[in-house]
Amino acid sequence: MNDRRVSIVPYIDWFTIGVYFFLVMVGWFNIYSAVYNPAHPGLFDFSQRYGKQFIWLTTAFVMAFLIMLTEASFFSVFAYLLYGIIVFSLLAVRFVGKDIAGSHSWFRIGSVGIQPAELGAFAINLGLAKYLSNENIKMTKMAVRLKAIALIVTPILFILLENETGVAITYTSFIFVMYREGLSGNILLVGFLTIVLFILALVGSKIVLSCILLGIALAALFLFTRRKRKDITKVGGALALGLLIVWGTDFAYKHLEAHQRKRIDVFLGSNVNKNKEGYNLNQAEIAIGSGGAWGKGYLQGTQTKLNYVPAHATDFIFCTLCEEWGFVGAAFIVLLYLTLLVRIIFLAERQRSAFSRIYGYGVASLFFIHIAVNVGMTQGLIPVIGIPLPFMSYGGSSLWSFTLLLFIFLRLDANRMQILK
Amino acid sequence: MNNVFAIRKYIIAGIFGIACIAFVFRLFYMQVLNDQYKLDASNETFRHITQYPPRGCIKDRNGKLLVTNEAAYDLMVIPNQVKDFDTNSFCSDLGITKTDFITGIRKAVQLNTNAHASVFMKEVTPEIYAAFEEKMYKYRGFYSEVRTVRNYPLKIAPHLLGYLGEVSKELCERNPKYREGDYVGMSGIEESYEDALGGKKGVKITVVDAMNKEVGDYKNGKYDTLPNPGENLTCSLDATLQAYGEKLMQNKAGSIVAIDPSTGEVLALVSYPEYDPNLLVGNIRAKNYGKLVMDSIDIPLFNRALMAAYPPGSTFKPIEALIGQQEGVLTLNTSYSCPGAFRLGNISIACDAAHGTLQLEPAIAKSCNTYFCNVFMSMMNNRQYSTTEEAFEVWRKYVMSFGLGTRLDIDLPSALRGNVPSVDYYNRFFGKGHWKGSTVVSLGIGQGEMLLTPLQLANEAAIIANRGFYYTPHVIKSIGDKNITLKKYTTRHYIPIEPKYFDVVVEGMSEVVDEGTAAASKIPGVVMCGKTGTAQNPNGRNNSLFIAFAPMDNPKIAICVVIERGGWGAEWAAPLASLMVEKYLTDTIKRPEIEKRMLDGNTLQYLAQEKNAPKHTKHKK
Repeated sequence: MNDRRVSIVPYIDWFTIGVYFFLVMVGWFNIYSAVYNPAHPGLFDFSQRYGKQFIWLTTAFVMAFLIMLTEASFFSVFAYLLYGIIVFSLLAVRFVGKDIAGSHSWFRIGSVGIQPAELGAFAINLGLAKYLSNENIKMTKMAVRLKAIALIVTPILFILLENETGVAITYTSFIFVMYREGLSGNILLVGFLTIVLFILALVGSKIVLSCILLGIALAALFLFTRRKRKDITKVGGALALGLLIVWGTDFAYKHLEAHQRKRIDVFLGSNVNKNKEGYNLNQAEIAIGSGGAWGKGYLQGTQTKLNYVPAHATDFIFCTLCEEWGFVGAAFIVLLYLTLLVRIIFLAERQRSAFSRIYGYGVASLFFIHIAVNVGMTQGLIPVIGIPLPFMSYGGSSLWSFTLLLFIFLRLDANRMQILK
Repeated sequence: MNNVFAIRKYIIAGIFGIACIAFVFRLFYMQVLNDQYKLDASNETFRHITQYPPRGCIKDRNGKLLVTNEAAYDLMVIPNQVKDFDTNSFCSDLGITKTDFITGIRKAVQLNTNAHASVFMKEVTPEIYAAFEEKMYKYRGFYSEVRTVRNYPLKIAPHLLGYLGEVSKELCERNPKYREGDYVGMSGIEESYEDALGGKKGVKITVVDAMNKEVGDYKNGKYDTLPNPGENLTCSLDATLQAYGEKLMQNKAGSIVAIDPSTGEVLALVSYPEYDPNLLVGNIRAKNYGKLVMDSIDIPLFNRALMAAYPPGSTFKPIEALIGQQEGVLTLNTSYSCPGAFRLGNISIACDAAHGTLQLEPAIAKSCNTYFCNVFMSMMNNRQYSTTEEAFEVWRKYVMSFGLGTRLDIDLPSALRGNVPSVDYYNRFFGKGHWKGSTVVSLGIGQGEMLLTPLQLANEAAIIANRGFYYTPHVIKSIGDKNITLKKYTTRHYIPIEPKYFDVVVEGMSEVVDEGTAAASKIPGVVMCGKTGTAQNPNGRNNSLFIAFAPMDNPKIAICVVIERGGWGAEWAAPLASLMVEKYLTDTIKRPEIEKRMLDGNTLQYLAQEKNAPKHTKHKK
């Protein structure tokens, strides 16, 4: 490594930092509005969530600053070590963790709770980037795929043990990273079709669905192939997989936990009581819809502020935004997120180092799945899954982990002129 | 480096882009295109609380309060906002059973659907409400509205004042001012002056949070409207006289109507048996109303003063005397001889005694049936008219000009017309040409098919008191600060009979009290003119009737008393009327023995004795 100190400031991507800062500040003002307490109007009143969020965001800024001071090579060199420490703490929290809201996943140090699950994504991202950036790696090799998947699945298993299904689901986003690094696009397609089939099997008739699959298989066989043995095996295999998904749906559905089944029911709109299991989603939709085109105005939201929408400062913070800023404000934020995602992809693509690129894609993919699932669930497009909206939801550990993810990438990017090993 | 996969960055960015655009489209649909969410939000966050105006109070002519208001709380429910709660404690807090709870909720859903407010429980008393209010936060979807209920401090005049009832579905649809569950006047003054008493409702918009707690006014009450209180009414009733009349009527069935002849104002309107008006108030109303409706013996809800029709008996004779004179078939000096009965062909109508030969004035004083049958016959046989039918039609027109057999336009609902039979009626009954004067001669003494209400008879007394005119009887004096100047209550209706013909009738009626049939009811220091009536009652014992006015000159009060099954007119009706007049004119009763006899009297016993006899249906509503 070269010991010559070069200022990285000219190489820092200030645009991304600007977007990050804007989103964090919007989030903070939004939290202020969501939990606004007339008895404690001060933005810095630390007894209120907006006061606490100020502490979280200041410490996040300090952390970002410290990351920028760190040598870029630190992260690639110690990638596996950091991965190991975090995975170990995920296991440890099983035994010394505290129960908060049904999840046995918090370390408590004084009055501060730390949820190592939030760091799981960071660990996987580091480990995966390190592994895939090895020069001899080819995604086409089955062994490589399995090792990569093992890197992802190990933390997922521990996290599932802690009942953090939502967090575990976000890790599926690494499929984008693997796709970028050479995984067959068919796997992406198969994953997508599996979800579609699962939903169709839940709402529709399985027999009709099976007949349609059979029809498609036969049509494919006769129209697009020469009906050689190889073709028949392929199409037959695909058909078998499709039928397995369709007829296995009920089995899978039945083995979900009751609250997960309910969330799927709510999402599908079947047999839902708007005052019971459907309450959260219904209220979230009402809050969003009632915002109208221009919103009710800052601090003027009723559905969120009056507690109709649950968790309106954390997982459902997007509702507060939609209600008070209307379509104009909400669409702006969604498009700003998209801008950030595209920017990160752009930055990742300009890396000379495979580690930095892969890490960058991991950041973009994780941000994307959090945004998509969170925004999608408040709109009723996705079953309710309790995960935070990056930079906007109230809470220290989520803000820190998103900041950590992003700024390590920005640090790597600032160092892009040097090739990392 | 990975040039083969260069295109994949676009695919990944494309997937991100498509997802975000989908979210924007969904936002556009939810926030801009769809209005349902906005509606839902305002439905659950804004509570439109009806501000019920206090209903106007009603006072008597001297300013005594007859009807006032008390606070009560309606418990409202919005069914689809109700969340699970402990129904047991809810029911015990309110003092209701679980069945009440279930039917209450079910009714609310049926009435106003799941999403709208309905009354769950009406008029919770302030005591129960105070304790319940503290726990209300536990019962999502429930809230309260304050309104007032009626209170009757004097407990008098239930029929005249009327009661409130829940507005009917039809009225709700016809008049948007009313909402299901509102109260409106259902009878009496409450009904006829509903518009003035009811006032105008206001609305208050408050903001409620998810815990069903009100957190404040919407926009500081900018969109609230204040209720307009109902107007206070002053009615013409004299509360002291009314209360005294009701006291005298205890254990009797019948009615008293007293009118100030110089204005047409009703001073007292008693119908007995009656009920305590406070029974038909608040949440005890339904139960008590049912009981009162079911009481087919006393029929306490039936307003006899306006709706019961009785044969007037001899109280009709003064009218005979007036019509006869006007028609020229009768003078002061016309004399007939009374052998103790009127006989014509096979008709025989008994008299109380053989009065011998007598003239008009003593005939009135002694209430001679023979004399007035002859007067009636002389009218029917009047050569001026070619047929009995024509003569009868003329006679009937005179009778009707007294307001008899017509619906007097009193400002109370449900006054009936009574019946003065027509030519058509007899033609149908006997066949055209098959009846003549003698067939219907009993009309001449107020019997036969003629039926009149106590109000009509009191008005007859007022006409004689005024020597030939009347004001339409009415119960209202003023609405708010404005005195009633309605033309229909300030117009004199003249009878087509010359005033000079009244003198002999008035003289005769003063003799009735002075030395005639009602001599026992003479009031010391007051010259009262009256006429007794003892009317045959097809259902049992004779009805006792009396009409009177006093003093003879410048009369201040005209009165009619009917005591069902009282027997002789002089036995109950006359003394009772004399006590009323004495009370009104002198404010003291100087004849305690008569008062005591009236108070102790019980004519209801005769009804009880007749209970085995066929049921009468005449008085049914």
